[in-house]
Amino acid sequence: MSAPAPPDLRIITSRFEFEDGHTLAGYERTGGYGGLRRALTMAPADVHGEVRIASLLGRGGAGFPAGVKWGFCPPGVWPRYLVVNGDESEPGTYKDRLLMERDPHQLIEGCLIACYALGLSQCFLYVRGEMAHAQERLASALNEAYEAGYAGANVLGAEDFSVDITLHWGAGAYIVGEETALIESLEGNRGMPRLKPPYFPASIGLYGQPTIVNNVETLSNLPWIVANGGEAFAAMGAESSTGTRVFAVSGHVATPGVFEVPFGTTTFRDIIFDPRYAGGMRPGRTLKTFIPGGASSPWFFDEHLDLPLEKAAVDQAGSMLGSGAIVVMDDTTDVVRACHNVVRFFARESCGKCTPCREGTSWLEKILSRILAGQGRPQDLDLLMDVCDNISPGIKWPPRQTTICPLGPSAVSPIASALERFRGEFEAYLPAAAVSVATSSGAAP
Amino acid sequence: MSDQETSVNITVNGQPVQAVPGEWVIAAAERAGVYIPRFCYHPRMSSVGMCRMCIVDIDTGRGPALQPSCMVAVSENMVVDTTSEQTRKAQDGVLEFLLLNHPLDCPVCDKGGECPLQDQTMAYGPGESRFVEEKRHFEKPIPVNSLVYLDRERCILCDRCTRFADEVAGDPLITFQDRGDQTQVNTFPDLPFSSYFSGNTVQICPVGALTAVPYRFKARPWDLTEVESTYPNPMGDRVVVQASRDQVLRYQGVDSDAVNWGWLTDKDRFAFEAGASDLRLKTPLVRGTPLGRFDPAGQELVEATWGQALSGAAEAIKAAVADKGPHSVAVLGGARLPNEDQYAWARLAKGVIGTDHVDAQLDDGLPAHAVIGLPRATVSRACAPGGTVVLLAPDPKEEQGTLYLRLRHAIVNDGVQLIELTPRATGLSHLAAFRLHHRPGEAAAVAAALMGGHIEAGPDGAIGGVAAVDVAAAAVAIADRSDKPITVVLGRPSLAESADFTVGAAAELSRFANLLSAGGRPGIAFLPALHRGNVFGALDMGLAPGLLPGRISLAEGGPALTESWGSVPAAPGVGARGILQAAAEGRIDVLILLGVDPLGDFPDRRLAEEALSGAGVIVASELFLNPSSARAHIVFPAAGFAERRGTHTNLEGRITAQRQVVTPPGTARADWAIAAELARRLGADFGFSSPEDVWDEIARVAPSHRGLSLEAIEAAGDGALVADSSIAFAPPEGITPVPAVDAYSLRLVAARRMYDRGTLVQHAPSLAGLAPGAVLALNPYDFDRVGVEPGAVVQVISSGGEVQAPVQADPGVPRGTAALGYNHPDLDVRDLVDPGTAVTDLRVQTR
Repeated sequence: MSAPAPPDLRIITSRFEFEDGHTLAGYERTGGYGGLRRALTMAPADVHGEVRIASLLGRGGAGFPAGVKWGFCPPGVWPRYLVVNGDESEPGTYKDRLLMERDPHQLIEGCLIACYALGLSQCFLYVRGEMAHAQERLASALNEAYEAGYAGANVLGAEDFSVDITLHWGAGAYIVGEETALIESLEGNRGMPRLKPPYFPASIGLYGQPTIVNNVETLSNLPWIVANGGEAFAAMGAESSTGTRVFAVSGHVATPGVFEVPFGTTTFRDIIFDPRYAGGMRPGRTLKTFIPGGASSPWFFDEHLDLPLEKAAVDQAGSMLGSGAIVVMDDTTDVVRACHNVVRFFARESCGKCTPCREGTSWLEKILSRILAGQGRPQDLDLLMDVCDNISPGIKWPPRQTTICPLGPSAVSPIASALERFRGEFEAYLPAAAVSVATSSGAAP
Repeated sequence: MSDQETSVNITVNGQPVQAVPGEWVIAAAERAGVYIPRFCYHPRMSSVGMCRMCIVDIDTGRGPALQPSCMVAVSENMVVDTTSEQTRKAQDGVLEFLLLNHPLDCPVCDKGGECPLQDQTMAYGPGESRFVEEKRHFEKPIPVNSLVYLDRERCILCDRCTRFADEVAGDPLITFQDRGDQTQVNTFPDLPFSSYFSGNTVQICPVGALTAVPYRFKARPWDLTEVESTYPNPMGDRVVVQASRDQVLRYQGVDSDAVNWGWLTDKDRFAFEAGASDLRLKTPLVRGTPLGRFDPAGQELVEATWGQALSGAAEAIKAAVADKGPHSVAVLGGARLPNEDQYAWARLAKGVIGTDHVDAQLDDGLPAHAVIGLPRATVSRACAPGGTVVLLAPDPKEEQGTLYLRLRHAIVNDGVQLIELTPRATGLSHLAAFRLHHRPGEAAAVAAALMGGHIEAGPDGAIGGVAAVDVAAAAVAIADRSDKPITVVLGRPSLAESADFTVGAAAELSRFANLLSAGGRPGIAFLPALHRGNVFGALDMGLAPGLLPGRISLAEGGPALTESWGSVPAAPGVGARGILQAAAEGRIDVLILLGVDPLGDFPDRRLAEEALSGAGVIVASELFLNPSSARAHIVFPAAGFAERRGTHTNLEGRITAQRQVVTPPGTARADWAIAAELARRLGADFGFSSPEDVWDEIARVAPSHRGLSLEAIEAAGDGALVADSSIAFAPPEGITPVPAVDAYSLRLVAARRMYDRGTLVQHAPSLAGLAPGAVLALNPYDFDRVGVEPGAVVQVISSGGEVQAPVQADPGVPRGTAALGYNHPDLDVRDLVDPGTAVTDLRVQTR
């Protein structure tokens, strides 16, 4: 277990302890809008430079460096937009929700800094439809920010810098967390991923214009980076995973919650077992498996506990750090039910565009339902794997896909993980007669 | 594709293939003979990559990977493998997925036997399903409009119909709803898929999810006999006509690159129903005694033999010529007949009888010289990327549906700029670069300013009702793009005003043709957009006063044709209005009507009425008895489309073949044969025994068609373009400027809608009810001025008469203008049109 992170390393959850951290008064009292004030004294390119130096990785899931992404806007094409992806909807993930509820001004300040650095004047805050509290907090924070002159025309009296921030409520579709589907939704269309290329909305995005889409957590880091400098940020965490990162730990742990930890140096064991964080398993229980990065990531087990919470290491081990959601399951977990739960989510959330995802995920869900109802057949386990293979050929990680976006392959991960590790638990659901017939015919071990 | 510099070298299944840069892999492979299975891909729509059926191994240097071949463009040295184990498994998987929720009700499905899902399951599928769960259920089928049913259980969600509605037709009224495996195509609540083009979605549906009401459960595909033909509309849409048991059951669009790209309007697609109507004329009728003896004084039409009818007509013609000379015989109509039939009637009228009182149009189109005397454009020229289209015509969405689709595609996808020079908004207005909606009758002033660059605004800052600044901006836009083709779509935008105004505007536009085509620039050309099916063939075949077959005037072509025909009329005759006036004055002893209804269609109904009363003997060759032919003395039952062979000429002058697939009802005959038989009874032997004989003579004697063989027309694929013309455009002289509209009046625009009182529409049960209710449309700002409320039924008064109509707000109608549908079932706009005035001014008042 590595050394506990000292409390002063908390960057973006530092105001969670203040009851009025979400108000402008509370925010300003704790240094709020200092980053913006400092940014306004710098040239926009220098602000962009600080973000590059900080090597701030996107916190939405893909982990793409924000400073580099910003640089993809084609020169000379205006207008451009900043879109905040607040459609946090990966099961188990709730860090952005807390950031929006507890520290909305920090996000707004981050948006303003990004707009300043990139010369933008229009920002859209897309917040997931179900997060009513976050929407209310953001709406009142926006009102305060406009009132105080932080947002709107001539930010803090600057002659040539004005930003409008528009709050947009989503309609409740998981796929809208995918940035091009989010843009479609923002335009008033059905939330479906756009065809790639273009690979990045930075070239062609909202209303056909260059668009930067950033995650809530990513932008929330900007005030600190500008106030303290990119180098101070880069000094924290691991070499290629700088700063801190917020993880949401849920499931069968003693103290589930959202924890900000140094990025890349903390391990899964730290965050799950450290009493300052999730506090270990419930009394008398042992770890069975855990999902390291949201419902779409392949599952991890005991042997993965000492991996650092860092993109490259987790990728190499065959899963992903994704959206920062760690779901812990102890020895009381019925793996087949857990698996069904996750697959049902993806089957319901498939946008319906690509055949393998639309038909395949719901077929997987139906087979699992049937197995759970005691109607399984021995061949169903191989069938599950073959259906998975037809959605994600080879069932590898990172997944290959027969679909446009990775939603379909996401449903493959839990089945592949669970079947590989806990095949016996699936077989236990098969009616006894079926198993014995299968055994006598030599189809199952 | 042998041009090395403009081709991309790829390998498909080990074979080197030269592909076109930018081409999708699926298309390149298909040209090379390798068919990649697909459901959602359609060459006339954008790729969406939804069905994932066309997924194949594509190696662009980073190793083979499964990619949708409908969305990957060819690149140099690309290696495509459509037969790899990985590809096969993926395709197997997709087909299995598609069939999970598909009901497999093929035995009762209309698509069975011509179903891509069936065919590709046989060719590429896994053979059996491992799905034991319950399939998805929806209510089946549901109507999306009155013509098309949707079975959502059969649907495989390929996005073809929804894409067509959105991208091609511009009527995005069907869309995906819900998600996951509950995703379905549907209309919006209480909003039917009311599109003029909905039938195309049935044709492109890769399963039996969309079926057309007129074809449901009528036939199995393997029982259909089919021929490729040309639908007799002005675009000359290419179709396949399918029939079973001697009855036409379906038209399918054919993807002709030059013309309709596979699309058809619903009106044309479902008009086949009219051909099978019980009301079709099956036997000749004569006015006479109940025993069938011809007697002009007889009170009713009775069935007769062909011999009786033909002799009666021949005797009447002989008597008329002997009594008052050849110009006591007149021929009206023929614009819907094939070229051969038009030629035969033209030769009978002009070469045998000797009358030049011949007109295929009913004064509701444009004079012949404005069609064949101006430089002629093709549809492809109008749609050339980056070009300019000036719309000086009625709404193409209402009158030339497939032309609308082509223009829409060109504007949306190929950067064509549309400049509307119309009296009101059209279906393309929202895509137009400039909407110069002028006051009725004042197009010429706007055209002059537009092309001449001399902008002189009136005191209101406007020219002909269009803001001068808009005209100036459009003029600059035309000049800026003058390195690309400029095409004027020229039609008759309103039947409530004289055609002279439109011809005058065309004259202004053509005045600068030389200037615009200087320096090697493509210049300006005209695409005539007239209403009747083969009106362009009729003009080419000489069914107009002063014209002879082959786009030549009577004066110029007469001497040469005399050698073949024996004689030609001594003096030019008059057009439809003149003929009807002569008839009204008792100077026409025999009036021959060729598939035409002056009582219903001629813009001056009172004159048509007087003419039919004043004419001596009326002879009609018709499919149906209409108000005019019901008053004829002799009626020949004519063969209709798909019941006879021939050729068709479209708005470009493109000649394509029409073929026969069913026999005419009863003893109905093709018009060329009726004309030839009449000629024989008048002492002239045409020597025709087939439409091919007629064409051979056309190719011999018609100067513009000389040497054009049927074989050459067949071989050309998209037909043969006839470009020569010795007719000169005659700019009208001395058009009297229209008076100003007074402060209490509105100036009328009357144009056709797609569904109207037309014969075919009204005899096709599926279409007859689609004509919209009659409304007088006003600009929303005009209600206060004229003092009526939207929705109220008002009294509409003009110098010609008065009618009652509900009044509705329509922002597409300019202020000061009022719009009504022409040839409408409930309201006859001709009651308002005063033949004595050049434009029609209305006053409206509450009843």
